[in-house]
Amino acid sequence: MIIAKPKPIDEIINEVKDLDKILVAGCDGCVTVCEAGGMKEAQILGSALRMYFRQAGKDTKVDEISLTRQCDRPYLEQAADKVKEYDAVVSLACGAGVQFLAETFNGKPIFPGVNTCFIGVTEQKGEWTERCQACGDCILASTGGICPIARCSKRMSNGPCGGSSNGNCEISKDTACGWHLIYERLKELGQLDRFERPNEPKNWSTSRDGGPRKVIKEVSHQ
Amino acid sequence: MSIENGNSPSKLKKIFEAGHFAVTSECGPPRSSDGHEVEEKAHLIGDYVDAINVTDNQTAVVRLCSLASCIRIKQMGYEPILQMVTRDRNRIGMQADILGAASFGIDTMLCLTGDHQSFGDHPTAANVFDLDSTQLIATVKQMRDEKKLLSGFEMKVGPQMFIGAAANPFADPFEIRVSRLAKKVAAGAQFIQTQCIYNMEKFKLWMKLIVDRGLHEKVYIMAGLTPMKSLGMAKYMKNRVPGMDVPDSVINRLAGVPKEKQAEEGIKMCIEQIQELKEVEGVRGFHIMAIEWEQKVPEIVKGGGLYPRPKVD
Repeated sequence: MIIAKPKPIDEIINEVKDLDKILVAGCDGCVTVCEAGGMKEAQILGSALRMYFRQAGKDTKVDEISLTRQCDRPYLEQAADKVKEYDAVVSLACGAGVQFLAETFNGKPIFPGVNTCFIGVTEQKGEWTERCQACGDCILASTGGICPIARCSKRMSNGPCGGSSNGNCEISKDTACGWHLIYERLKELGQLDRFERPNEPKNWSTSRDGGPRKVIKEVSHQ
Repeated sequence: MSIENGNSPSKLKKIFEAGHFAVTSECGPPRSSDGHEVEEKAHLIGDYVDAINVTDNQTAVVRLCSLASCIRIKQMGYEPILQMVTRDRNRIGMQADILGAASFGIDTMLCLTGDHQSFGDHPTAANVFDLDSTQLIATVKQMRDEKKLLSGFEMKVGPQMFIGAAANPFADPFEIRVSRLAKKVAAGAQFIQTQCIYNMEKFKLWMKLIVDRGLHEKVYIMAGLTPMKSLGMAKYMKNRVPGMDVPDSVINRLAGVPKEKQAEEGIKMCIEQIQELKEVEGVRGFHIMAIEWEQKVPEIVKGGGLYPRPKVD
């Protein structure tokens, strides 16, 4: 899923402090699971904003809503009447949701309430880690199911570099060396021959390097 | 010896082929546009080595570029080794620089991935890493042997590079290190400069594994050496530099002499290492990285019995 984290409250206040009516819009998708932007977090942010405005002596209206998904048009349209009532929306969806909201509601200022971080997994309650950079050309078959693009700090195709130690990356002792993990897993799978086979330069055109991407699936109309 | 005989007029290659121990050292360009600093460093070491490595924004700190420094050194009549890291340029930029280097007669390269930018003076910079070191080696080989760019475009004149790579025998886990070297050799590496050696036992074990696999007959291996200037430096290298293996015996030996004698002791240790490494099967040369201490290279080369440098055509 997409992992996000809430923006600092001061940054959000700075954007909305002069408005009279603000809607905080959560999203029931990924950001709910990673506890950054669901209804619960929308209510927490809403309370914090109301407290700020009260202390500032302002009578600003702040309400909350959460949409099933902000990355699907029908759900955005369900909120159309509500959105109209406000000067602006603070969206707690990922960057895709924020933008889709902005595209849907022409002329309505939309502010992001979270920082969108990465595609990752829940390690344990309250801890999420990166697994995928959406390069568009998956190589996991050859790397023991562990991605060197997401998990090597130098995104090497033929790692590890000389800087790893005790299984950790040179940039931080808290970061596992992706290639160390790949090596250990290939060994476990009896596929160490893959480790010595040089991997060719990657085609990055399917990644963000190739420009904004689009996926089209033939839809069958049965 | 059946080192793949890619076409290159490289002096370093000729030294190896004539059966001599090769000697290289390095020159780190300044953090300014003062090209004379490069020339001064080259002057200090030029007559004591076969070729001079020129680092490419080492430790991710911006410096006068390797290519321009190499051209200066070449014009002085010395042989530069163009170091190239894949961190800062994509395959277009790197191939262009390789062609530019070759156009000035630069014929020896060292292909590296490069330190992560988080260690340097611009930690917020984007990194590139379009290719990695292994892929850069294969790229240079293709440009030389097939006269083709990675795109497949055929060149009228290709760069005639003798291709080097780095190896760190001490990185962890140890069991990966020989495998990884084999991979670089498979990609086209013809000579290897190792990480600086302090743990002689571990290095010898690594060399034995290299020899057992016959890799020493496929690639020329140069032992990397960095003399210790002081006890403080030794401790720093032990504790702070990623992938470095400094045994307590080295620390203790430096700690055992007065502070003003530590530099001299460091040089002595380096010379003893050369003597010892000359006897290790598969070691074909020495890469002396006297960091900001280039003036000591002549003393080390002489002390190691490696001077005068042989003449080759």
